[in-house]
Amino acid sequence: MWTTPARLRAKDIIGMNRRNIRYIGRYNSRRLYPLVDDKLQTKLLAQEYGITTPALIGTVTTQFGIKHIREMLTGHPGFVIKPAKGSGGKGILVIERVEGDHYVKPSGARLSLSDVERHVSNILSGLYSLGGSPDVALVEALINFDDSFAEYTYEGVPDIRVIVFKGYPVMAMMRLSTAASDGKANLHQGAVGVGIDIASGMAIRGVQFDRTRHDHPDTGHELASLHIPGWETLLLLAAGCYEMTGLGYLGTDMVLDRDHGPMLLELNARPGLAIQMANGVGLRSRLDLIERQPDGVSAEERIAFSQRHFARSSELRETA
Amino acid sequence: MSRLPFYLIVTFLLVAGAAMSIHRHVQFEVPWTPGELRQVWEIEAQVNFTADGGPAKVNMALPSSQQGYRILTEHTASPGYGLAFLEEQGGRRAEWSTREAVGDQQLYYSVQALVAPEAREANIEPPALRRDTLWESPYDTAASQVIDRAWSRSADHFTFARELIRDFTDERQGENARLLLTQFDRTPLLVRLLNQAGVPAREVSGLMLDHGRRRQSLTTWIQVFEDQQGGLFDPRTGERGRPDNMLLWESAGQAVLEVQGGSNSRINFSMLSRNQPAAAAVRNQLADDTLLNFSIHSLPLEDQALFQTILLIPIGALVVVLLRVLVGIKTSGTFMPVLIALAFIQTTLITGLVGFLMVVAVGLVIRNYLSYLNLLLVARVTAVIITVIAIISVFSVLSYRFGLNAGLTITFFPMIILSWTIERMSILWEEEGPKQVLIQGGGSLMTAVLAYLAMNNPWIRHITFNFLGVQLMLMGLILLLGNYTGYRLLELRRFKPVTED
Repeated sequence: MWTTPARLRAKDIIGMNRRNIRYIGRYNSRRLYPLVDDKLQTKLLAQEYGITTPALIGTVTTQFGIKHIREMLTGHPGFVIKPAKGSGGKGILVIERVEGDHYVKPSGARLSLSDVERHVSNILSGLYSLGGSPDVALVEALINFDDSFAEYTYEGVPDIRVIVFKGYPVMAMMRLSTAASDGKANLHQGAVGVGIDIASGMAIRGVQFDRTRHDHPDTGHELASLHIPGWETLLLLAAGCYEMTGLGYLGTDMVLDRDHGPMLLELNARPGLAIQMANGVGLRSRLDLIERQPDGVSAEERIAFSQRHFARSSELRETA
Repeated sequence: MSRLPFYLIVTFLLVAGAAMSIHRHVQFEVPWTPGELRQVWEIEAQVNFTADGGPAKVNMALPSSQQGYRILTEHTASPGYGLAFLEEQGGRRAEWSTREAVGDQQLYYSVQALVAPEAREANIEPPALRRDTLWESPYDTAASQVIDRAWSRSADHFTFARELIRDFTDERQGENARLLLTQFDRTPLLVRLLNQAGVPAREVSGLMLDHGRRRQSLTTWIQVFEDQQGGLFDPRTGERGRPDNMLLWESAGQAVLEVQGGSNSRINFSMLSRNQPAAAAVRNQLADDTLLNFSIHSLPLEDQALFQTILLIPIGALVVVLLRVLVGIKTSGTFMPVLIALAFIQTTLITGLVGFLMVVAVGLVIRNYLSYLNLLLVARVTAVIITVIAIISVFSVLSYRFGLNAGLTITFFPMIILSWTIERMSILWEEEGPKQVLIQGGGSLMTAVLAYLAMNNPWIRHITFNFLGVQLMLMGLILLLGNYTGYRLLELRRFKPVTED
């Protein structure tokens, strides 16, 4: 049931308190937070830096604007509505396709236009934003996710979280939505976390509800063969977010689009610690190593450094 | 980035807080625990005199805090008289005055004195020597012979005083002493002889405290000085030392009572001893306006009661910080549990818990319906507030009808906070399911109960209210906790699977 602090330290695990004080408090200047807490700002900034993101269909900024949402949505087979300042995946509505007057969620649930309007209204009044402040709703094109992952996910789009510390990618995992997580990619809701080797983009280890898994609970597909195409490009995008935001300790969430390759979905200035569970190792020695590296190194060199030092072999193959 | 200033601030806060608390304990005898009983004497002085019919002025000596006793409060009852408290010649005095007084007059003065063994004597100045008065013959020779006799058998001022007084006690009275006593009163005579021999001395008056005694009068004592040191002598026996149960009423060598415009003046005393809780004794303490005695107790009583609650909030907040930083408990709304705990103090724990659960449960059901109405957020929360007020009213009326008066205290719940709690729980339920609601709701409730237990602890209430320095120490402690980078207790469970491989 319980372990000891000494054993956690031996595994390099960092806790919430250490993350907050040593990394977020020290490397993330608070004035930069709006860049990542507001998804609209992140998106505009990413365009400026040449980092690909899902296409923006439009924004809704006023309750009055909700009346025009129907016109905005026509012609788009699928879309995602999300609050600009939402956190933890709250308030994200994914519509896979439109059938007549109905909007269909990946789960098959059908929503009417008024349901969608109510959701947008809730977003605007700040229901999902930090501190309940008024918010803006973003409407984005649905990501055409890579079919090679269809076997690894249930309903939702799998995304890849890369922790970038001072511009160095230090740890990565893929989050696969499950029936238990209701198509969402949040680990605490029951999504499967798969640790990804920084060097190769291959799966190392899988966990669900903090317990080791070798296959996807819904599709039954084994995880060992999971391999992320365009891994180098993805790392380059992730590492570039350091220059883009100036935040030293950053969680980058990426998705793989069939046509456009890796895309930046959103950034997180307070990335969670579950990634340590998915990888089966802690962040501490990696972060300590990066802290000793000089500043002013190019993104390519940083990635090469990380791939050299953080390479690991899969645990799934050995046991499978 | 150096952490030195941080540790300096923390050390300063802890040391200053501890020093302030210890100062308050030592200097004002505020006890560390609330249960300690302190003996308090209530003494009433009654002044009687027959007025001449014209203006009258009464001047009476008052006791001050002194070795063994601390003066708490004092009151007077003297209808028709003007009253002023004076500080003169090293003593406190009360002066009553009136334009017209006829017949028997009665003035009352009562004082509460706390028995405080640690209290020290205020620094008393030795009186100036008074050798100006001349002796008439044959008393001059008698006086110098008495002095010479005692002088030859003494080594210093104190032994001289003892020998001199003994020569006037009954069994050793010589001719000279008897002669002098025929002309002079004993105590003034002794003081005069001591002064004559170059020994500073004065006459003081003390009250022997004895529970339940009435119509007592003061006894006179002789205070003798050598350098700055004073010694108290019994003029009847020559014994040195001060009885424990004696309160010095007048210690400046002045008259105890002076009446102008009246005659036949008398003063007598009655006294009672009571044991009262230390906290109450502290409350009665006269507030000095010094910076170090910056105390809530100088405020009016109602405001003190308010502060008693306010000063507890840091304790509740500390519980929240401990549970979040060291244990890692999730709560809905960071300090919401503290406000709920404050409500529990008013309602008592069981009533509070039952009331809280009922209000939140009914609120959640109604909030669930409100979500179908598709309202704007602010309007919906406002609707929840009104609902919460309605629920509380209904519960109050119902419990009153069923004869459960405890139910009425439910109105102490902070309604806006409850409404936001319901709103947050409801959203949590929709998004993350009932399990998270139970985890966060349970965490909040557990934190609230722990905060309540801490805040309702009599000892903690006593300490936070009486020792303001504790607030500084709490601040230092919380700053230290804010610097803790170790694991949380619940993380030891969360990360356990990683260590198993």
